Amino acid sequence: MKPAAVDFGRGTWVLRHRLLSLRVEVRTLLTTTVLLLLAVVMMLLTLGSGDFAVPVDRVVGTLMGDGTPQEYTVVVQWRLPRAVLAVLLGAALALSGAIFQSLTRNPLGSPDVVGFSAGSYTGALLVMLLAGGGYYATAAGALAGGVATAALVYLLAYRRGVQGFRLIVVGIGVSAMLGAVNTWLVLKANLDEALQAAVWGAGSLSGLEPEQLWPVLAIMAVLLPLTLAHGSAMRQLELGDDVAMATGVPGNAVRLTLVVLGVALTALATAAAGPIAFVSLVAPQIARRLTGTSGVGLLPSAALGAVLLALADFAAQRAFAPEQLPVGIMTVSLGGLYFIWLLVRASSRI
Amino acid sequence: MWLVACSLLLGLVVLASVTVGSKHIAMDTVMQAVLQPDSSNDHLIVRQFRLPRTVLGLLAGAALGVAGALIQALTRNPLADPGILGVNAGAGFAVTMGVAFFGVGSIGGYLWFSFGGAVAVTVAVYTLGSIGRSGATPIRLTLVGVALGALLGGIASGVTLLRPELFDSMRSWSAGSLAGRNWAVFWAVLPFIAAGLLLALAAARPLNTIALGDDLARSLGARVGRARTVVIVAVTLLAGAATAAVGPVGFVGLMVPHAVRWLVGPDQRWIIPYTIVCSPILLLAADVVGRVVLSPQELRVSVVTAFLGAPVLILLARRRKVSSL
Repeated sequence: MKPAAVDFGRGTWVLRHRLLSLRVEVRTLLTTTVLLLLAVVMMLLTLGSGDFAVPVDRVVGTLMGDGTPQEYTVVVQWRLPRAVLAVLLGAALALSGAIFQSLTRNPLGSPDVVGFSAGSYTGALLVMLLAGGGYYATAAGALAGGVATAALVYLLAYRRGVQGFRLIVVGIGVSAMLGAVNTWLVLKANLDEALQAAVWGAGSLSGLEPEQLWPVLAIMAVLLPLTLAHGSAMRQLELGDDVAMATGVPGNAVRLTLVVLGVALTALATAAAGPIAFVSLVAPQIARRLTGTSGVGLLPSAALGAVLLALADFAAQRAFAPEQLPVGIMTVSLGGLYFIWLLVRASSRI
Repeated sequence: MWLVACSLLLGLVVLASVTVGSKHIAMDTVMQAVLQPDSSNDHLIVRQFRLPRTVLGLLAGAALGVAGALIQALTRNPLADPGILGVNAGAGFAVTMGVAFFGVGSIGGYLWFSFGGAVAVTVAVYTLGSIGRSGATPIRLTLVGVALGALLGGIASGVTLLRPELFDSMRSWSAGSLAGRNWAVFWAVLPFIAAGLLLALAAARPLNTIALGDDLARSLGARVGRARTVVIVAVTLLAGAATAAVGPVGFVGLMVPHAVRWLVGPDQRWIIPYTIVCSPILLLAADVVGRVVLSPQELRVSVVTAFLGAPVLILLARRRKVSSL
């Protein structure tokens, strides 16, 4: 006799094939699809707007390969790398946030929990103030600082396995110390250097060259599938180590993998564009409310992060044109506003 | 037992704070300066600089620590610090606007802008967080606070990045310091902090019940909504006034409650008195160390607190059985 179908209260589709079976929640799927479409629309808008405006149909045409040389230069060579980077880095940041919020079971969890942002800012500041800076040197400094800090926090929190709460406390301590160092460095630097450091610290996508796109693209092509593959193990881990272990998920091993992946994703974004604030914090939470799930989901978060950063970058370029703002300031303003609206609306409806 | 030890330590730190500095002043000179002041140089230094700095440190330290303990208990979130309700962001935003558009330039001018901003933003966070039938649940307060704080912070840094001279004064304000505060600052914030501390002590019992969860607390007869409002008023007064007086000083409110919970366990009726005693130890010790390490230059107290506090926190986290909320 066939077991009775259980109604989970949420529409799901089950795909069954000889080798593969997949359960998809309808609302999650729809939300993710709409978000991805939105991200594409934002990209097209960004590609078409600027001092040299190109209508959307011409943008599509140029991308297909039948644009004038002038359109090709502007759209493909100047604007495309930045637009693609915005989408990719937004997704990377949001994924990393989702991982850490799930690991710490805390909606404030983010890569900052293991001190990444503070460490990368310290690294970048040291390079900028002592060695003069330069895009690649600053990126390397940020990367080294962030990764070293994350490793240090993980090691300090390690005692026969890493427990979520101890990781949080040690992370707070180490980031507070580095934050103090950063404040002091900015205070001691001369005004021009401090201002330049602050712009980097706010996160900015301007001044990115086409050749900076390829490494990001290659790394994302590795990290994205790896992270998504760990999605189900991550959900099991949210139930607690014992339950996870009983269902065949080795707690500490998976946690270490997830921490490494999360740090790598943030490291990528930070190295490429500086510490863009707030995407990793807010994207998983917004996505969770849009999909109506109980935990944070990886794919919807990534799609929402992509939309958010693409939108923020568009606003950062156009809102106060010709004045260019760092994109980090826009992510904070747009993401913050939308998130507040979402919280208020969700509660007044209930 | 621990309370006696902590009080002794606090006494020592206070002594160090009045005697140690770019000019060392002997203890009996300090006593004379307090009891029979004359117009000698040492007495002037003690009465005009060291004493206000020390008592302000006591006051601000206690305020920041207790605000942190309250907000962690209320939101049941160990990552919470007073900044979560938007206190720092509100203060920073108001000071930025004050400097940018109203030409404010002195510590006294910052004081009221900062306090007003902190209070206004906390009220806004609470109002936005409590729309709807479920009221101001901890998680929604936290999220609204973080979002609104980030929004204001983003606008403020957008404004400062476009104007270098503004950026210069804001980077100085945003590293909190006890230096250069006179008695007027102390008297200005004293009533707010005193009221906040009293409210905090009164809220300790209901907070213990709330720790069991809202539903259980309600069925035990606690008035959850009222207790929450009292706690938020207390946090606003304490953190707002402290930030107004010394600028943003992180970490005290975050760390001291953790350490205290490891000492005395989860009972708020112990945690809050201990926090009142222990937080100024950290703040004043940091201030003294800041005066000494780079002498004759001074390090800001907000830079040193983390360096003194964080190793202790990490050590405790590794040693003790963790006490989550």
